[in-house]
Amino acid sequence: MQAFVNQLPIGLSIGAVLLLIALGLTFTFGQMGVINMAHGEFIMAGAYTAFLLGDLVLALPVAFLIAGLMGLVLERAAIRHFYGRPLDTLLLTWGVSLVLQQLARDLFGAPNVQVPAPSWLSGGLGMLPYNRLFIMGLAVAGVVAVWAYLTRTGLGRRTQAVVQNRQLAATSGIDTGRVDMLTFFIGSALAGVAGVALTLIGPVGPALGTYYIVDAFLVVVAGGLGQLRGAVLAAIGLGLLNSYAEFWSDASLAKVVVLAVLIAFLQVRPQGLFVLRSRVLT
Amino acid sequence: MRFSRPIVCAVLLSALTACGSGAEPAAGSNEIKVGLLHSLSGTMAISEVTVRDAELLAIEEINKAGGVLGKKLVPVVEDGASDWPTFAEKATKLIRQDKVATVFGGWTSASRKAMLPVFERYKALLWYPVQYEGLESSPYIFYTGATTNQQIIPGLDYLKEQGKKKVFLVGSDYVFPRTANKIIKAYAAANGMEILGEEYTPLGHTEYSTLVNKVVQARPDAVFNTLNGDSNVAFFKQLKSAGAASAENMPVLSVSIAEEEVTGIGVDNIAGQPVAWNYYQTTDTPANAAFVKAYKAKYGQDKVTSDPMEAGYNAVYLWAEAVKKAGSTEVEPVRKAAPGIALERPEGLVTIDGETQHMYKTARIGIVQPDGLIKQVWDSGKPIKPDPYLKGYPWAAGLSAGQ
Repeated sequence: MQAFVNQLPIGLSIGAVLLLIALGLTFTFGQMGVINMAHGEFIMAGAYTAFLLGDLVLALPVAFLIAGLMGLVLERAAIRHFYGRPLDTLLLTWGVSLVLQQLARDLFGAPNVQVPAPSWLSGGLGMLPYNRLFIMGLAVAGVVAVWAYLTRTGLGRRTQAVVQNRQLAATSGIDTGRVDMLTFFIGSALAGVAGVALTLIGPVGPALGTYYIVDAFLVVVAGGLGQLRGAVLAAIGLGLLNSYAEFWSDASLAKVVVLAVLIAFLQVRPQGLFVLRSRVLT
Repeated sequence: MRFSRPIVCAVLLSALTACGSGAEPAAGSNEIKVGLLHSLSGTMAISEVTVRDAELLAIEEINKAGGVLGKKLVPVVEDGASDWPTFAEKATKLIRQDKVATVFGGWTSASRKAMLPVFERYKALLWYPVQYEGLESSPYIFYTGATTNQQIIPGLDYLKEQGKKKVFLVGSDYVFPRTANKIIKAYAAANGMEILGEEYTPLGHTEYSTLVNKVVQARPDAVFNTLNGDSNVAFFKQLKSAGAASAENMPVLSVSIAEEEVTGIGVDNIAGQPVAWNYYQTTDTPANAAFVKAYKAKYGQDKVTSDPMEAGYNAVYLWAEAVKKAGSTEVEPVRKAAPGIALERPEGLVTIDGETQHMYKTARIGIVQPDGLIKQVWDSGKPIKPDPYLKGYPWAAGLSAGQ
């Protein structure tokens, strides 16, 4: 019974990790429709930033900037030439992700590196270690910040306008190219922040991004493209489902259960939890 | 896709020329080509690159000492790319195109299983340097790592000696952990140990909170860990931060964590935990002092040496010794010459067992130290005869039948 009760906070903390890695994707994939396979490598860049600085708290803003700039360069140099061609974008960003992984391997070596966790994060409440609580706090802060940006700032409102109707937004005087650039910057930057937090619980190595990328896409797809609340609910739902499915079976089967439930769900609601009526990005 | 076709062609073309440039004309009369086939990219590169480095060091040392049969060894390095069909393909290339005398390669059992039919088909020779799940003995493979009775069973003996009766099994979901756990369960049944749980996670899994919860609730005396690769980092970090388990009251005995992995896991998270191998950087033999010194001189003072690296390093020496004894690099004479060859290696005396083509090896249990190295606390006293099918263990009868 104790173990069963423990699974509830565990499920929420898995959900927080999912939310954190998917938050950036709600921008690049959700808002812009870009299937960015290199998103995982921006997470990796964040993790290596924490390794280089050796200070988790300082690494958060620095990783935000570094991953964001990497995303900005990728968008300006390559992705923008491929808008409206999702398959080509997928191949392109997948190639970029392989290049970035190899680059990390050449720069930092193939073995995992260690990021020392701050001492104030050791210990915990029951089955929830402080580092998990930190991740949950960070996820909540991230969601609030994204929500505030999208609804309370001019830039955010312009972003939403471009998503909903690109031509109309352009004719209203919005520089859609600039909005794309900024959206991609923020989406990638959030991946960097997630990477810093993940150093607390997972490996820090060149393959780090590949472990999280599929889960991140699952959250965004299940939540509905361009839907922040959808992503939040989907992340928590998937986290709890994962937690209890693994508790009653095992980790391999839990993955199967989660995917099966998701496929069944998408049969009923092909556009995810929430549907945003908008034109396809052109 | 119209646009990308020329790009794809260009990429393919450059790949082809790259492959082509690697193939040199047949070796001159004063050279012997040997193949090194490890994953230099992909998820396994983390481990396999260092084995290749150790093998290159052995080749360099042998060449410095005059080579083999008066000829220099020339390594032909290929990348298995952590992809099992690629291992088979590159093995074929090394045998057929480069006409290497032998191949040193592989790490995962999946890569070995993929290469095995290739070596048997062309009657070529593979030296495989990593501990594995046993139950195999190909006439065209020499196994220089431990089989189960030289690592897993000594590990269990150690836990039994420590009075650990209730064990929880945690492993990655593939052939090695599943076979290892079958053996562990048979051992437990025969030795009055209780298995409280058996859990597998996919390779590359990073979310261990549920599993840690299960382990903690089961309250085992010890955990037997056959996780592989990056999952170990996530598992130990999350186990440690759950705070419920210490190395004293619930040791986690690992069989896939060597010196190199310790840094990535974080010494804080694993210090005090036991591991089972045949070799540690701290193993006290004259040959090891020389090996560690040479390795650090060639690759950097901050580098560490580990069991699979040492097994790869040994493989080159053992093969060279067999070639000298046979007076030829041809496969059949080398195979016939190999049995009984005994060399003082960094791990101590290593003898090739003719029947199984495995090695006699000394088993060692070590404890991870706060400096990241591993200190031996137990050994088997003498090299253990390899027994890949566990024929010498009555309780194991029926295990190999299942394969």
